[in-house]
Amino acid sequence: MTASAVPVVHSLWTTAAEPVDKIGAPTIEYAQLAPTLIVVGAAVVGILLEAFVPRRARYYAQVFLTVVALAAAFAAVVGLAAGGYGSTKAGIAAMGAIAVDGPALFLQGTILLASLVAVFTFAERRLDPAHHGYRIDSFAAEAAAVPGSDQEKAAVKAGFTTTEVFPLMLFAVGGMLVFPAANDLLTLFIALEVFSLPLYLLCAVARRKRLMSQEAAVKYFLLGSFSSAFLLFGIALLYGYAGSVSYARIADVVDGSVAAIDPALAATMGNDVLLLIGVALVLMGLLFKVAAVPFHMWTPDVYQGAPTPVTGFMAAATKVAAFGAMLRLLYVVLPGLAWDWRPVMWGVAVVTMLGGAIVAITQTDIKRLLAYSSIAHAGFMLAGVIAATPDGVSSVLFYLAAYSFVTIGAFAVVTLVRDAGGEATHLSKWAGLGRRSPLVAAVFAVFLLAFAGIPLTSGFAGKFAVFKAAAEGGAAALVVVGVISSAIAAFFYIRVIVLMFFSEPKPEGPTVAVPSPLTMTTIGVGVAVTLLLGVAPQYFLDLAGQAGVFVR
Amino acid sequence: MSFPLLTATAALPAVGAILTAAVPATRRTAAKWLALAVSLGTLVLAALVAIRFEPGGDRYQLTESHAWIKDFGVRYELGVDGIGVALIALTALLIPFIILAGWHDADSLAVSDSGPAAGHAKRWRPTQGFFALILMVEAMVILSFEATDVFLFYILFEAMLIPMYFLIGGFGDRAHAGTDENAAAQRSYAAVKFLLYNLVGGLIMLAAVIGLYVVAGNFSLTEIAEARASGQLEMATNTERLLFLGFFFAFAVKAPLWPLHTWLPNAMGEATAPVAVLITAVVDKVGTFAMLRFCLQLFPEASKWATPAIIVLALISIVYGALLAVGQRDIKRLIAYASISHFGFIIMGIFAMTSQGQSGATLYMVNHGLSTAALMLVAGFLISRRGSRLIADYGGVQKVAPVLAGTFLVGGLATLSLPGLAPFVSEFLVLVGTFARYPVAGIIATFGIVLAALYTLVLYQRTMTGPVKPEVRAMPDLRVRELVVVGPLIALLLFLGVYPKPLTEIVEPAVRHTMSDVQQKDPKPEVEAAK
Repeated sequence: MTASAVPVVHSLWTTAAEPVDKIGAPTIEYAQLAPTLIVVGAAVVGILLEAFVPRRARYYAQVFLTVVALAAAFAAVVGLAAGGYGSTKAGIAAMGAIAVDGPALFLQGTILLASLVAVFTFAERRLDPAHHGYRIDSFAAEAAAVPGSDQEKAAVKAGFTTTEVFPLMLFAVGGMLVFPAANDLLTLFIALEVFSLPLYLLCAVARRKRLMSQEAAVKYFLLGSFSSAFLLFGIALLYGYAGSVSYARIADVVDGSVAAIDPALAATMGNDVLLLIGVALVLMGLLFKVAAVPFHMWTPDVYQGAPTPVTGFMAAATKVAAFGAMLRLLYVVLPGLAWDWRPVMWGVAVVTMLGGAIVAITQTDIKRLLAYSSIAHAGFMLAGVIAATPDGVSSVLFYLAAYSFVTIGAFAVVTLVRDAGGEATHLSKWAGLGRRSPLVAAVFAVFLLAFAGIPLTSGFAGKFAVFKAAAEGGAAALVVVGVISSAIAAFFYIRVIVLMFFSEPKPEGPTVAVPSPLTMTTIGVGVAVTLLLGVAPQYFLDLAGQAGVFVR
Repeated sequence: MSFPLLTATAALPAVGAILTAAVPATRRTAAKWLALAVSLGTLVLAALVAIRFEPGGDRYQLTESHAWIKDFGVRYELGVDGIGVALIALTALLIPFIILAGWHDADSLAVSDSGPAAGHAKRWRPTQGFFALILMVEAMVILSFEATDVFLFYILFEAMLIPMYFLIGGFGDRAHAGTDENAAAQRSYAAVKFLLYNLVGGLIMLAAVIGLYVVAGNFSLTEIAEARASGQLEMATNTERLLFLGFFFAFAVKAPLWPLHTWLPNAMGEATAPVAVLITAVVDKVGTFAMLRFCLQLFPEASKWATPAIIVLALISIVYGALLAVGQRDIKRLIAYASISHFGFIIMGIFAMTSQGQSGATLYMVNHGLSTAALMLVAGFLISRRGSRLIADYGGVQKVAPVLAGTFLVGGLATLSLPGLAPFVSEFLVLVGTFARYPVAGIIATFGIVLAALYTLVLYQRTMTGPVKPEVRAMPDLRVRELVVVGPLIALLLFLGVYPKPLTEIVEPAVRHTMSDVQQKDPKPEVEAAK
């Protein structure tokens, strides 16, 4: 970016002054990037498995590979954290593209654990009776076949399964790991695309209600592309403003603390229009991913249409990644602009909390209900983001960890309640579930109570942490709005509990499938984490507290 | 480190609840006996608490303190004062009677060998659930009487709604006019109303709890109260008032105070009689107890500021509750409205800011628990015989079942505060205490007593006297189990009516502390001496 000398145009191709003798090889800190590298590497291996492993063995190979990769990546995160990369040795890796610091490691750990738990629901094959002698999972036999066509029937008869979902999921996880750690805007954008594209595909491959699933994928893809475009446009404007995509550099320019001002920068850095519109567009892209009102329109349709294991995975992990990226952007790049973004985020948080809670009341489908509930929860987390204090960061980190396990557990329970058409997601069919299967209903009630933020569940601890941070950050009014929307939200969570326990079961109601140990593990871990974080959250609050400082 | 008696008193019923819930489906009777044994064990522990407690000693005794959630400034801190001891004793005493009275309440749910749920009969264990939930409520209520950490108290205050909610909604009164479906709808309406009212109250309190933390920096009741008294912790007037209102709102919903009372008649009407007793005699006391312990201690200035308005609301509760009780056609709803009237007395006594008023209010909490339990449980026995809650369906019961009618009368007389029965002492103290500071309020409140005589005696007259209705003719008298429930309660009412000293001795030092918290002296010391 040395536009200082303004040469005559043709000098561009007439003067080849210095020969390009060497391009310096980038220095990459492989060890510090190990979590991402393991996951992405495993995803590549997964694709090779698809190509070379016989069809019958693919499922086992893929499940094994995915679980091992996620566990290994998590071990790498723990290793890095134990090695001090979360605190004392925190730094920038990969030529300034990736930050390795407390929040990044905490979020990566959360994403990996959540994915590890979610992958068990992907691998579940006992919910439906065996078909033509083959066990079947939640995914279409052959995603490319037209729904209802002969080709599809043939695929089902031949016992095909879409084992590609596992490498796809790994790619998505890889992108999510980079997203909250991205330390420049281009890495941010690439990570966004890397995790979004596999998710669009995963949404489209439901075994039942395939048209709905494909519709959901198209909607998600279209709206997601819009938001990506906004984000990219915002990045361009910010680049135009600061002359760099690096977070640290932009932050310096925003603060006015940049050391060497060259003429090109001097010409643009006074231009607040570039900065403000750029920031607004980038934030829009991120708010879309966390499903904040008014960028939430896709959420209910996509959550409802996607295969339920994918919904659970997406609802938990995407939110973690996107909130992580947003926190880093706001706290690292834009603290100097807090006076500008805080009022806007206030507004977004208020409408998100209230909007999510109010609209959820009228929902009649359990997956849509959980979608709106996830919107309301995004609002609660935004309240913590707005605090703009280290406590705000750590409270959001804690909330994200608590929320993801509740969400994955709740969607795992949804996969169990089935009738002839697959999952029975209409709420009326859940009537009297407490009579038929007290245990499943009780577990779901625990998740609902956690969503509602009843004490002794993780939901309460998270909500309390976030509201406390917001109140200390001077956002008392936001806490009051949060409390009111919690009260509204409690109404519909409780409505589901009423339905399950106090309504008479319908004669032709759904049955509860007895799952394999895979889904049982998912649900068991969900319940355990929910209660543990509710009763004894101190250790995890400490972890989140230590992880509350971003490297710059 | 000494034996953590307070923790044990709450932990025993909690563990008992889990064990009871784990009893196999076919062993219903074992579950009942287990629950009863656990509740009796808790009673023993509660008695130990009362014995170990020295009325003349420190304000909070038997204290325990452990680190819990450092990040939130939360400690697991327990300690009891005299008020707490009295209420723990009441709770531990009533639960065995509630369990005994509800011995068969959940049985009808278990026998569903036909119908859509038949295949799952093995896993469906309503009896175990019923008693486990009661014990769980007991554990949480006892711990909330012991908590001296605001956050710990808040957690229990909210968490106890959940088992309560399942008790109301899941085990409603089978004696219902109308169809089964209709009954189920009303029951679930009552449960949801109960939960939403209390949850909204609790969430508003949550905002105030967070606000308190921002102002004070920790949650320890003793530390905050000390810092306030020594002037280290200054609160802006408006902040204190807002925080006070946040706390008070939640407690007023729970208590319940007019106009936040409307959930109570639904909940008590639809719940079974033992659960109705659990609501009004045990759980609601947490609300009035918390007013004494938290509102007055943490926000003395704001309490004084709000007193006139609260006294007016309490007066409205007293008169309005009594008037509506007179007009009820449903026995259980009548008792519910009578309770609203009584809670008005309790709240008036607390905020009269005199030592007679507050001791009276504390005694009232205990006595109201006993008298309402007696009346409501006998009413429950009556209703289970005839299968109707309507007063008009009864008549002449005293000729058929004299013991039942007699105990019903004693319970009713206790409710109207007849001299010689325990509630009289407390009502008298509240009135005297109020009169000393607010003479007009004292006079108006006296009308509540007149109305109480009206609704109680009319209820007795319509159900028990007159010609024997044909449906009542074959009504059996009280059985042994039922006598075991009612007998001790009536004996206690008589004993405390004649000799309230053991109770007042425990309560009075605590009241003196509370009075000094709000820097109030009794307006007429000579009344103190005359007592």
